[in-house]
Amino acid sequence: MQTISDEVLIAKIAKGDRPAMEALFTRYRVRVFRFVLRMVRNEAIAEELNSDVFLDVWRQAGTFEGRSAVSTWIFSIARFKALSALQRRPEEKLDDERADAIEDDADDPETALAKKDKAAVLQQCLVQLSAEHREIVNLVYYQHKSVEEVSGIVGIPEATVKTRMFYARKKLSELLAERGIERGWP
Amino acid sequence: MNPAKDAANNKAASDREPSEIELLLPWYAAGTLDRRESAEVEAALADNPELARRLEWVRAEFAQEIYINEEAASPPDNDVKALFARIDALPARRPAISTIASTSLADRIAEFFAALSPRTLAWSAMAAGLAIVLQAGVIAGIAFKEKSLGGYETASAPASTPSEGAYALIRFQPQATAADIASYLAANKLSIVEGPSGGQIYRVRVAPTKLAKPELTDIVKKLQDDKVIGFIAVTD
Repeated sequence: MQTISDEVLIAKIAKGDRPAMEALFTRYRVRVFRFVLRMVRNEAIAEELNSDVFLDVWRQAGTFEGRSAVSTWIFSIARFKALSALQRRPEEKLDDERADAIEDDADDPETALAKKDKAAVLQQCLVQLSAEHREIVNLVYYQHKSVEEVSGIVGIPEATVKTRMFYARKKLSELLAERGIERGWP
Repeated sequence: MNPAKDAANNKAASDREPSEIELLLPWYAAGTLDRRESAEVEAALADNPELARRLEWVRAEFAQEIYINEEAASPPDNDVKALFARIDALPARRPAISTIASTSLADRIAEFFAALSPRTLAWSAMAAGLAIVLQAGVIAGIAFKEKSLGGYETASAPASTPSEGAYALIRFQPQATAADIASYLAANKLSIVEGPSGGQIYRVRVAPTKLAKPELTDIVKKLQDDKVIGFIAVTD
């Protein structure tokens, strides 16, 4: 059972406490890995970034001032690492493992419609969003982050968080429409 | 049905500015709004069937984003070992001035949190995270208790996921109590077989045998209507 708060673990990590580091890593490794994987879409790079994130946590724990939740701080580091990786290696050149894993019916909307599998088409469209839109969709839906937390992680005002999510969903509507599914609203 | 007219109407709808309530729908579906905002969205939903229809789309997106992540790869099992190998390769920490300063800051943070009363902590930004952590422990306890009674398969070991049966992914509302969750699971004859995963998602067995997808979807829709449920979706 997890009973020690993230903040106490960070304080211990700042003093070089390895079990605390292991506990925090165990708590967040899957979530952070999947967050960066959704952004960079390459498992090998995501593994490397995940390790980089927690190495930074180990190094910088002493500078954590508690102005935000620990998870917000960790996801901010992860986001920065993922964006840096995308800059080093443009997205279109990355091995698009997830996109490849999900069959794309973009060229054949009739087939997609005939399948009537809205869920599968929705998955394809979610995977094909831009990195910026994948990021916010993941933070809101999978990482369960509030408007305030997303604002802290992404570094944008709360009003912008809401509109960015809206435009991500609007883009999703456009991608769905290209596949023959008109939902008439973002 | 006129596809051209539908497309034109849809374009007009998508070109307009969204209302504040519409902007909040994703967070409402995720259960991350505060009580006041949730109440506002619920009031709007009660008066506006179109908004309720849009919420169904939000929930569909929400379910598929979770599905994509849950089906995605996990980090390798040896990643903690690899991380500590990198940590060991770092230069040893020395008590330089900056380190002393930051360590004492860390001490102050630790002392600050240790000194907080539960009431004070309830108002802090960390309270929600702590509630989820505690809830995970409580749910693990529920699953363990059920296993000891011969009802449930396992509390959290992914490796022991049974292959037979019909399953759903569930995320409980952070404010759901242990008693609420226990009675919900018991009333609906659900077994937690795995979790929580990264997104506080549990895999639950809905039926002991495999069900046709439409049948399972209908069951999951009924299971959705409960205050303890933040999210529920069909899974394999």
